[in-house]
Amino acid sequence: MKILTGNDLRSGAVTWWNGSGWSLFVDDAVDVGDASNGSEGAEEILAREQAARRVNAAYAIEASIDASGHVRPAHIKDRVRALGPTVRRDLGVTTADKTGWDWVI
Amino acid sequence: MTDNLGTSPDEVQFRFRDDEPVDHAAVTVDSCCDQTNATAVRIEPGDDARVLLPFLDRLALVEVNFPAFGDGRGYSSARILREAGYTGELRAVGAVLIDQLSHMRRCGFDSFAPDKRLDEEDAARAFATWENVYQRAADGRRTIADKRHEA
Amino acid sequence: MYRYDQYDQAMVDARVEEFRDQARRRLEGKLTEDQFKPLRLMNGLYLQLHAYMLRVAIPYGTLDARQMEMLSHIADKYDRGYGHFTTRQNIQYNWIKLEDAADILADLATVEMHAIQTSGNCIRNISSDHFAGAAADEVVDPRPYAELMRQWSSFHPEFTYLPRKFKIAVIASEKDRAAMRLHDIGVRIIKRDGEVGAQFYAGGGMGRTPMIAPMIRDFVPLDQFITYAEACLRVYNRYGRRDNKYKARIKILVHELGAAEYIRQVEEEFAHMLTVGVEPPREELARIAEYFAPPAFVDGPKTVDRSDPDFALWVDRNTHRHKHDAYVSAVISLKPAGGIPGDATSEQMRIVAKLAREYSFDELRVMHTQNLLLPHVRIADLHAVWTALDEAGLGAANMDTIEDIIACPGLDYCSLANARSIPLAQRISERFAETGRTEVVGELKLKISGCINACGHHHAGHIGILGVDKKGKENFQLSLGGSEAEDVSLAKITGPGFDEDGVVAAVEKVTDVYLASRTEGERFLDTYRRIGMEPFKEALYD
Repeated sequence: MKILTGNDLRSGAVTWWNGSGWSLFVDDAVDVGDASNGSEGAEEILAREQAARRVNAAYAIEASIDASGHVRPAHIKDRVRALGPTVRRDLGVTTADKTGWDWVI
Repeated sequence: MTDNLGTSPDEVQFRFRDDEPVDHAAVTVDSCCDQTNATAVRIEPGDDARVLLPFLDRLALVEVNFPAFGDGRGYSSARILREAGYTGELRAVGAVLIDQLSHMRRCGFDSFAPDKRLDEEDAARAFATWENVYQRAADGRRTIADKRHEA
Repeated sequence: MYRYDQYDQAMVDARVEEFRDQARRRLEGKLTEDQFKPLRLMNGLYLQLHAYMLRVAIPYGTLDARQMEMLSHIADKYDRGYGHFTTRQNIQYNWIKLEDAADILADLATVEMHAIQTSGNCIRNISSDHFAGAAADEVVDPRPYAELMRQWSSFHPEFTYLPRKFKIAVIASEKDRAAMRLHDIGVRIIKRDGEVGAQFYAGGGMGRTPMIAPMIRDFVPLDQFITYAEACLRVYNRYGRRDNKYKARIKILVHELGAAEYIRQVEEEFAHMLTVGVEPPREELARIAEYFAPPAFVDGPKTVDRSDPDFALWVDRNTHRHKHDAYVSAVISLKPAGGIPGDATSEQMRIVAKLAREYSFDELRVMHTQNLLLPHVRIADLHAVWTALDEAGLGAANMDTIEDIIACPGLDYCSLANARSIPLAQRISERFAETGRTEVVGELKLKISGCINACGHHHAGHIGILGVDKKGKENFQLSLGGSEAEDVSLAKITGPGFDEDGVVAAVEKVTDVYLASRTEGERFLDTYRRIGMEPFKEALYD
């Protein structure tokens, strides 16, 4: 699947496109890969949301959903973004996915 | 190579001179060196401003083009011309942004033709950013060090 | 140390307001991110993996207790209770909000601090020898020259949109403790026939194309110091490459032109600049130098009671000879075994500030090795200082050992990184501490970068490690034989890279080769230089 991520313009926090806005939690990310049925494509969403300053430095990435329904970005960099620094897990993003640290690297 | 370059006086948003603006187009640096009657020239970032030094007394307008705001070669071009005694109009054109105005002014630019018009209020604030300055530059302002040690 | 006068203060205050206005225009949509990015970078504000990061300048690494307390306050009020000290003597905060940035700068300005030009394609914070003003071997204190350059380079109207970033280091001894020749411009203050002047080097740097700066002038008289620097910069601004950001540093210009031609152009510009008159009045340097007058040192004991072996080890490892024989400079290690190199908590910053006030004439330094330093400690006070540091988790006795690792933030924080540096530093320091090998091996500078930009100085490590992305997995290249000191050299890659476990084992193997091959008094680097790469390669790959 294809998901969208960026940083909140004001706070800098990592955010994920949830279909109607930007969430702090990667598990809220929705697939924007299929624009064939007339829904908005990634480029359109990114352009609109950045122009409205609801997100900054946003981009589309590959991701998958694991067996227990959690969204996992494909690339290590976005996995680290989704969870927080691996060396300061105390500062990580609070997430329902307790298994996150197992798949980050 | 076109000789019909440059901004018209209408496009100049800020001008810190009292004389009449040159009302004809600028030529390239190469053309300027070949033509003995050109009085307005446009410098591109890759041009050597020093090529113009023999012709300074016949030039009334030098436009320095900034195709990209991050390309800072034009700042050196401007200072080089002022250091050589050029007193005509020195116009910054192209990707000229609010936050560059004060530095450009210090390098000797005295007119500005940004390709997108700038907010007047923001620009006024930008021109006035620095009440004092650390470096000697083309604007002849007394520096902080000069003030510290004046008799 | 230097104190702002009304002018310096007004400049910093004006910059705070300028940035506040820039941030406002960004939030109102008057500036696009493309336009805002260079502006925020010129105030040290990056967008990193998890948030904005703010890099605060600590000019030539010198600060006082009040300033350190402000850094601590900022860590608590605007960040998450810690900061990261960098190889260029700055501090970085990792969790900053754009909407807070101007307020942070305003807080910093109240203690004569700022984030001016800590990033961007401009002249960066001027770095210097961390032992400046204390070292027994310095010709003069280099910091007045660095401060003169700080003022000259701040808001320089011509050099704010350079082809690429520009880093300057100023030292004043034969020993190089600031990686001077790996800077865009390196300055060594020297004395020739009794006259103080400046030796200039240009075109050094690390990054993807590491180069050692050649000397470009062996003596610049002090009353032409700024003029000469201005000439160096103008040639670079005009002719440095702008077609490819990876070839835009001055090292590429100097390399492509050849040092002789770069020198010729600089000399021509310098001759012209001398006629323009850009040099500050001579009295300005004298005015600045007064602020760096040595403190009132007093005589005292020259030795310590060595009955506590832990203390004796710390004294041996972490203190440096001072110009006054009743004093030493004491290194505060930010490298506890298993810790994050360069990180300090707000509480640790407060403790260090207190110690500086009590024991070091209210002065602190940030070292290019990502440690802190009390520059002037009475030998009589060393035990009290060590006791306090040890209680705060700052007492590691490991300066210049394999535990004293320089590591960039890597993929745990940095948006440019390809691999994580910190976990590797943690594992290696922990492993060597556990096995007691640190002491056996002695001086060994290990440096880790998480990408080719080389912020972790891996090219200059006795052992260097570069993290790369190999098909989506972290992979680490090992290199040997680099040095950032007066015996400067660039490390060479050993061969194919390793995974994380593999590179930790590889570091142990190369130290095995060293221990088996060294002669009396040889450091790792000396042995490598004597026996060459082959024995190490054999141990690693056969």
